[in-house]
Amino acid sequence: MFGPLNVKPGTSRNNKTGSWRTELRPKFLQKDCIACKMCALTCPEDCIEGAQKNTFYCDYEFCKGCGLCAFICPKADITMIEEELKE
Amino acid sequence: MNRQLFAPGHTACVGCGQSLGARLVIEASGPNTIVANNTGCLEVFSTKYPESSWGVPWIHSLFENAAAVASGIEAALIYLGKKDTVNVIAQGGDGGTADIGLQALSGMFERGQDILYVCYDNEAYMNTGIQRSGLTPFDANTTTSPAGSASSGNIRPKKPMPEIANAHGIPYVATASVGFPQDLQRKVKKAVSIKGPKYIQIHVPCPLGWRHEPVQTAQVAKTAVEAGLYPLVEYENTRLIAVRKIKPSPVEEYLKLQGRFKHLLNNPEEIKKIQEIANHNIEKYNLRVTSSEKNLSTEC
Ligand SMILES: Cc1ncc(C[n+]2csc(CCOP(=O)(O)OP(=O)(O)O)c2C)c(N)n1
Ligand SMILES: [Mg+2]
Repeated sequence: MFGPLNVKPGTSRNNKTGSWRTELRPKFLQKDCIACKMCALTCPEDCIEGAQKNTFYCDYEFCKGCGLCAFICPKADITMIEEELKE
Repeated sequence: MNRQLFAPGHTACVGCGQSLGARLVIEASGPNTIVANNTGCLEVFSTKYPESSWGVPWIHSLFENAAAVASGIEAALIYLGKKDTVNVIAQGGDGGTADIGLQALSGMFERGQDILYVCYDNEAYMNTGIQRSGLTPFDANTTTSPAGSASSGNIRPKKPMPEIANAHGIPYVATASVGFPQDLQRKVKKAVSIKGPKYIQIHVPCPLGWRHEPVQTAQVAKTAVEAGLYPLVEYENTRLIAVRKIKPSPVEEYLKLQGRFKHLLNNPEEIKKIQEIANHNIEKYNLRVTSSEKNLSTEC
């Protein structure tokens, strides 16, 4: 018999899932952004932040590189780039 | 990000539709929510001990009993005089909802408890390796409904869970999809504003089990709705009050995106059967957009 097991809220942040990315990562161009927030709304990791136009970015510590943000962006203002390449 | 209700670092697969759905639900319900979770992928990937993604009180007990645990939480909140300020959500996968947890769920409905039940419908028992459930669609290839010479996948249609919920006479029943996130959140907000038992079933693509690329999660979800295979409907007091209108696309558009239907692509006989399921939905819920209803996005 064990439990109940109690843990603190939001502690999954200890687990840096950004290391899962193997091929591609999103690049937020911040040029044609209209702040529709669709990228933040569809991110399964909840690791995209921003408020005004051209201010959105993602936290690469957690981004798994699924590419949904780039797919959903109506302005094609997010592109997926090769993981090795720097900006 | 100050107060996150569903924090990153969870171990859901890349592109997991259920992780997206769960975050949309809890954000719509807000911080004053208590969640009871059935066993399944969501429970496992969001609470890898000793970590948790949840920013609200959250409890897991067994595979089949989230509705019963939530019932106890609701009763305790009423006793404490706090029910009016706290939303209670019970949630689970399609297996945990339509099969093993159906008894607990039916009891929660029948007792009239003030709880929102959310079913994340990824159309199989994904956490244990893609076994078919009562919500697996017709002809889908799963590990327990393998396509081969004896059958072309799952031989049964989806169990009509929204209708089963409605048969209990509850005040709110809806289907939603992670392909339409704003619509999903609107339905959750509406549900928690209504007193009594509520049921929302959310279509959540599973890249691993459905065999599509992670980046296609939103597209696969949308295509299911647009083909008429996952009608987005809304009932109040068992009356159908709204549907998302579509210009129906052929079901192949949906099937061809996924490995679980790959065996059907050279089988017009079977595709016809699936098209008939879509046609039936389109007629039953009057899904087809008419010329006077141009603006699709405001329909639902
Ligand atoms: C009583 C019981 N039977 C079986 C299991 C094993 N089990 C754990 S999760 C799971 C599958 C869950 O499927 P579903 O409810 O559809 O959720 P998903 O993982 O697909 O999100 C099974 C069979 C269990 N935990 N308890
Ligand atoms: Mg499932």
